[in-house]
Amino acid sequence: MTSLAAAQVATGAVPSIPRDDDGPVFREPWEAQAFAMALSLHERGLFTWNEWAAALAAEIKRAQAAGDPDTGETYYRHWLATLENLVAEKGVTSAHNLRRYRDAWDHAADRTPHGRPIELRADDFHD
Amino acid sequence: MTEHHDDHGHHHHDHDHSELSETELRVRALETVLAEKGYIESAALDAIIQAYETKIGPHNGARVVAKAWTDPAFKKALLEDGTKAVGTLGHVSRVGDHLVVIENTPQRHNMVVCTLCSCYPWEMLGLPPVWYKAAPYRSRAVKDPRGVLTDFGVSVPNDVEIRVWDSTAETRFLVLPMRPPGTEGWSEQQLTELVTRDSMIGTGFPKMPGAPS
Repeated sequence: MTSLAAAQVATGAVPSIPRDDDGPVFREPWEAQAFAMALSLHERGLFTWNEWAAALAAEIKRAQAAGDPDTGETYYRHWLATLENLVAEKGVTSAHNLRRYRDAWDHAADRTPHGRPIELRADDFHD
Repeated sequence: MTEHHDDHGHHHHDHDHSELSETELRVRALETVLAEKGYIESAALDAIIQAYETKIGPHNGARVVAKAWTDPAFKKALLEDGTKAVGTLGHVSRVGDHLVVIENTPQRHNMVVCTLCSCYPWEMLGLPPVWYKAAPYRSRAVKDPRGVLTDFGVSVPNDVEIRVWDSTAETRFLVLPMRPPGTEGWSEQQLTELVTRDSMIGTGFPKMPGAPS
């Protein structure tokens, strides 16, 4: 399936995805990255869109209970949190491992002069 | 872990190193882990993202350029203070601290190099092209800009100086390309259609009138 066709299926199955007449729209580049990751994982069969929609709805509910303003601007934050939870639930990785990588990227950014590509190296990990 | 910067990447005042927001860090972490475990392929991910390059951010750089072509006062203001001038258009959420607009002239062609750090004005341009992320592009563009442009099929006459803008601080560059000939009397809206992303980073020219879009 082409990525656009796959995206159509996704927006059909997950009606809350922000969109215009053509399909999904994104406020920032990372949102498109998060969207693309879900698309890829779905294609690999890690979850169905029904499963995804339910997990995302639960995440949004949780966030709203915790005071999320529900303005739409935070939609892809919930999307990202859902991704993190689902990959941990499915045993792909753990929250701890994601945290390790997050810290390593932080370290990599810190040592990379401005304007250079940020690349992850083994010594960015602190354990 | 020995150091911990909770609010890292948001309000640093020294700009000698790169910055990633908390969210960007998490996205990169997830992407790296999934790629290493073979669940996703970076190239496939890039392909999906590129399919949406016109759907990310307000994408208003073309409008800024078209307005500069038709409104001399706006153009003057834009070249004097890019951030302020773009701000007067009223619909820009965060154009960055310092947007510097550099004008192409018959004597000088400008080209911007920068990687996927905070200095790329994606709000105005949408996504950068994939090759823009490649480390060799940046180093070669600095050493041999004419060669790089030739590779892109962009030929700049030998008597035109090529100036490469290499972002080293929290400055975002936008190239103001030359208005294509044959567009006299065109409206701002019509002109907007001619402005390509590549023309705003100096690795291409605006479309010519009548060219297929």
